[in-house]
Amino acid sequence: MTLATPWFADVDVSAWIGPYPFRKVPHPDPEVLVRVLARERVQRAWVGWLPGVWHRDPTAGNAQLREALAPFSSVLLTAPAIRPDWPEWQRVLSHELEMGVGCIRAYPAQWGLEPGDASMTRLAGACAEASVPLHLTVRFEDLRQRHRLDSAGDLTAASVRALARAGTRCMVVVSGAGRDFIEEVWWGLTPDERQYVRFDFGWVWGPPEDHFAHLVRTIDATAWQMGSQWPLRLMQQSRALCELLPAVLRQSLSFVGRS
Amino acid sequence: MNIAALSSDRDVVGAGHEAAASERESDTPLAGGTPLIDVHAHFHSDASGRADWGAYNASRLHAGERIGVIAHVASILGSWGYRSPTYFPSPPDLTEANQWLRAFAERDQDATGRTHPRVFCYVAVNPNHAEHALREIERGLAVGAVGVKLAASRKADDALLDDIAAEAAQHNLAILHHVWQDRRREWPGQDASDGVELVRLASRHPDTRFLLAHIGGGGDYMHTLHAAREVHNVYVDLSGSGIDRGMMDATIEAFGVQRVCWAADLTLCTGLTKAWALESIGLSDAHLADIRWRNAVRLFPRASFMFGDTVLSV
Repeated sequence: MTLATPWFADVDVSAWIGPYPFRKVPHPDPEVLVRVLARERVQRAWVGWLPGVWHRDPTAGNAQLREALAPFSSVLLTAPAIRPDWPEWQRVLSHELEMGVGCIRAYPAQWGLEPGDASMTRLAGACAEASVPLHLTVRFEDLRQRHRLDSAGDLTAASVRALARAGTRCMVVVSGAGRDFIEEVWWGLTPDERQYVRFDFGWVWGPPEDHFAHLVRTIDATAWQMGSQWPLRLMQQSRALCELLPAVLRQSLSFVGRS
Repeated sequence: MNIAALSSDRDVVGAGHEAAASERESDTPLAGGTPLIDVHAHFHSDASGRADWGAYNASRLHAGERIGVIAHVASILGSWGYRSPTYFPSPPDLTEANQWLRAFAERDQDATGRTHPRVFCYVAVNPNHAEHALREIERGLAVGAVGVKLAASRKADDALLDDIAAEAAQHNLAILHHVWQDRRREWPGQDASDGVELVRLASRHPDTRFLLAHIGGGGDYMHTLHAAREVHNVYVDLSGSGIDRGMMDATIEAFGVQRVCWAADLTLCTGLTKAWALESIGLSDAHLADIRWRNAVRLFPRASFMFGDTVLSV
């Protein structure tokens, strides 16, 4: 990746639209996201329905999401949430797959699903069968600013390891992880298991601590995906992290031609 | 300034921003070619208890150059927890750290052949050791310190801080005060203050300039905006790892462009992101300059911030 390339990334794997229950976020609208992606030179985004993360049943939110994204379907790919501990989830998944998706999202922390939960493993297996990535979110906000009602806590690294170890061959994409989380997952998996885990690096620290440089030196270049967590966070962060890498590391990364 | 317009235009792509994006591809600094001063920087000394202290400092300076930071106004918090706690540093650790930072700034100036330093020093003090704190400020003044750093050794509204605040006013030193935005409960490892407590101190010392640290550094920044917006000797820095959309807009709306300073603290990456985002929220060049460097010049009159061959002034 260099800034001379026309695109910074093929896909922002971690975007949402819709309001956030715990604070105001400006303009969480698909047409704004399309403009921001163009500005940041990102071709497409996997887009979820933000308020649906805290709904007991995400199905209605999936429908709202698809309707809102329809005019922008060449750029914004639907990322519906599938709750595998509810009855008939396979039917909901089949419907979404028929309609077309960028990935499937799951929120085990918000749904109270512990590491190794059998229903999550079944969902991963179904995603693998459909050749669709399963996207998990570690956190949406820094712990210290969360609303008192936002009490689910972070997704644990153990949950990711359990999915990767389940042998489903599902590609698991993890958003919102910092250095400790990423290393705990990466070095807790066999080389075969690692092939099926990807991280967006938007929450990793750059200089002067240089966590991102350390991770790029020690973890396969293929493990990294660009993810912004828009509309909660500024999309420029992924580019800033890459720009501040030492040149030799910057050149080892490419987010173009990946998706 | 039309704050409503500022907010609503925030993510709208315009010709100005496209030009800014192209500029990032050239040899100009990543954050643009106009002055940029980091008013909240830290370095480590050889007593910090981490083997990579030198690499950390070098990384800060190198990344600063890439971004376009022309000056780092910095402190070292004692031994960063190695011999005494980071937020409760002992007097000997503070003295050593303050001296080390001044020597580091001189070494950096010598090594780079600059006529003026690019590292400027806060005097870091612990108000639980009141006499030591005042002596440290006196020592710092004699060798060019430009401000005072208060972390989290005592709540900001404690009477022990009054002499320090008065001393700072007497010598025209700004105080950078660590703040946990609406901390809601006591967190381990520090006696953190929030905006309400800093405002109590600032109200008792209207002639002292306080810089409320890292609006993006953890906690609920919206609480701070309510607490401090009307207290005109309280400024705020934008540093911290938090990059919430809407945070900078709300901060500028609450404080006005002349009480907001760009800064990075522990994460220059988020500092760069915020510098880019400032370009896209519709500020005039003059208001951008206020946030990027002019407010720093106003806050630190003892510092000579150089941009090229020119000492910056307002």
